[in-house]
Amino acid sequence: MSIQYYIILCLTLFSIGVVGVLTRRNAIIVFMCIELMLNAVNLLLVAFSKMYHGMALQNAADTTAGIDAQIFVFFIMVVAAAEVSVGLAIIVMMYRNTHSVDINFLNRLKN
Amino acid sequence: MNTVDILFYLLSAFAIVSATMVLISKNPIHSVLWLILVFFAISGHYILLNAQFLAIVNIIVYAGAIMVLFLFVIMLMNIKKDAEPQKQLLVKLTGVIAGGSLLTLLIAVVKQTAQIQNKQVLLKEGTIGLIHPLGKALFSDYVIPFEISSVLFLSAMVGAVIIGKK
Repeated sequence: MSIQYYIILCLTLFSIGVVGVLTRRNAIIVFMCIELMLNAVNLLLVAFSKMYHGMALQNAADTTAGIDAQIFVFFIMVVAAAEVSVGLAIIVMMYRNTHSVDINFLNRLKN
Repeated sequence: MNTVDILFYLLSAFAIVSATMVLISKNPIHSVLWLILVFFAISGHYILLNAQFLAIVNIIVYAGAIMVLFLFVIMLMNIKKDAEPQKQLLVKLTGVIAGGSLLTLLIAVVKQTAQIQNKQVLLKEGTIGLIHPLGKALFSDYVIPFEISSVLFLSAMVGAVIIGKK
């Protein structure tokens, strides 16, 4: 499978996430679209790691080249889990104060 | 066209359709359920790439933990289906056009870049995605980031409790 197919798939998923962030007003949906973008990047990292590993295998049979990308994906998942817990707490607090999750209410910093 | 190619196209179409449904759904709970399907499709891609550890972690952490957290919060808030005021059509159209232009531009760049022409991805082979090499790398070269991430989790836990208690 050519790497370009993977890049185009991940770009499509990422762009869907961008469109979601730009068009939706529900803070939870915006947050979910950010998760979608993170996952698109994760998939692309794994695809690149396997591409690099396949190229390195032609020179050495027992190489572990490309394993760093998969560790990076693991750490991205760790950070995403921490981010979600704090972000959802912020959204719950915002709902308690404004009784809505509409992001257009969050313009108090403007003035 | 062999089985792997067919699986790739099936999973890709599944992921893109589900991701689009996340945007289209009016009900936030339906959005969460569609997003879980996207994560399962991405896990299928990981298995196709022989990254078995990441596939399992993706299902456990994302589809299992994070999405349940989202569901809990949505059900806690009791958001009405039509409570979300719609953005104006112009704003929506602008967002779609902006995202579409980004996608078009990036695909054009990918099509023309010389470095990635004729590069193949190793499917269902290679051992770097298995638990044994990953664990070795994680606990030898990356042991300090691993320990720091536990501190990050602790701070996230404390932060979530403090924000939630107010």
